[in-house]
Amino acid sequence: MTETPLFHYTLRLADTALILGHRLSEWVGHSPVIEEDLAFGNMGLDLIGQARALYTYAGAIEAKGRDEDALAYLRDAGDYRNLLLVEQPNGDFAATMVRQLLYAAFAHPYFEALSGSKDETLAAIAAKAAKEMAYHVRHAAEWTIRLGDGTDESHARAQDALDELWPYTGEMFEADQVERALIDTGIAVDPAPLRALWSKSIEDVLAEATLTRPRDGHMQSGGRSGRHSEHLGHILSELQFLQRAYPGATW
Amino acid sequence: MATPRLPHMQVPTSGWGADDKARAWAAAASVADPEIPVLSIADLGVLRDVRIDNGTVEAVITPTYSGCPAMNMIALEIELALEKAGFPKHKITTVLSPAWTTDWMTDAGKEKLRAYGIAPPAAKAGRRALFGEDKVACPHCGSANTQRISEFGSTACKALWRCKDCAEPFDYFKCI
Repeated sequence: MTETPLFHYTLRLADTALILGHRLSEWVGHSPVIEEDLAFGNMGLDLIGQARALYTYAGAIEAKGRDEDALAYLRDAGDYRNLLLVEQPNGDFAATMVRQLLYAAFAHPYFEALSGSKDETLAAIAAKAAKEMAYHVRHAAEWTIRLGDGTDESHARAQDALDELWPYTGEMFEADQVERALIDTGIAVDPAPLRALWSKSIEDVLAEATLTRPRDGHMQSGGRSGRHSEHLGHILSELQFLQRAYPGATW
Repeated sequence: MATPRLPHMQVPTSGWGADDKARAWAAAASVADPEIPVLSIADLGVLRDVRIDNGTVEAVITPTYSGCPAMNMIALEIELALEKAGFPKHKITTVLSPAWTTDWMTDAGKEKLRAYGIAPPAAKAGRRALFGEDKVACPHCGSANTQRISEFGSTACKALWRCKDCAEPFDYFKCI
């Protein structure tokens, strides 16, 4: 591996944003109400916008001529480093909202912390992303409360989603050797100290939603090193179809 | 290999004075937001700077939201406006820092928004608390008896509201 830790780290952030952005875009045209169609479209745009800035920066760090499109469209699943949580299927509306809450409640303080990075480009991208993620948290929290404290049916679906997705939350707080060096030099954020804050935000929402916080058992891990669930390949087959079928196509 | 800089390749900087800079700014500032045509990119605070270096006009812009799809269109329109104003060499630079905030929107811009039927952002974006309800006046009748319908509206920068007095729905330019 000749990749620098900064390239690897930036790509992890970019991949997580792109894959979640793509997942949210899958709802456009299928949402239960038009307001949520707009919401998914807008949140997907926020995430894809964050991904574009991060990919462009990753390409510049790598300095091998790869631009945002090359990094997004021309890497296979094993080269993607996104969190496993964001590639999980949309499921029903409750599952998407719970996934959004679990991620956004983490991403908001994470990007706030990253906006103080010694790396000026990452700090600038993070400062914008933090503002956007504040809206994502609020939106997902309101829906989680509405669904959890709604009908028996919506409550059961929200609780099922929470139980199903919980084992993917541990990975958000991991930092491996790639990140350790960057954390020590003030470039990357150490996610471990954010865990208590995240837990508190989630627990506050769940309490109001009358949902039960699952116990921390075995946590899934590996996405950030390229070990993915089977879902990522299916996402990429759609996301990358055009560039694979018509290499170099532009419009 | 560095290209040797020949004297005739350089447009003398002395040929571009304060007047030209003001003209270049005015040309770039005349570009309207494609989504909200009553607002210019200067009203919005998207246009950060216009400078002339060696005969090339550089317009510096910043996106409102990371994924704002209007940025490409805005960049193209600035280049067209500069071309028309007689500046053949131009480039657009996008900066992310400092992050755009609704506090940069001019008062004239806020008034234009309101007259257009979009509630302008409340002042002091930084004070907005999570779960805090913004107080938004209806742009049609002025009533404060309003209600948020959806956090996300027709564009990334707007939310959907309705007035409980005049019953009109309206867009609210979100604080960020």
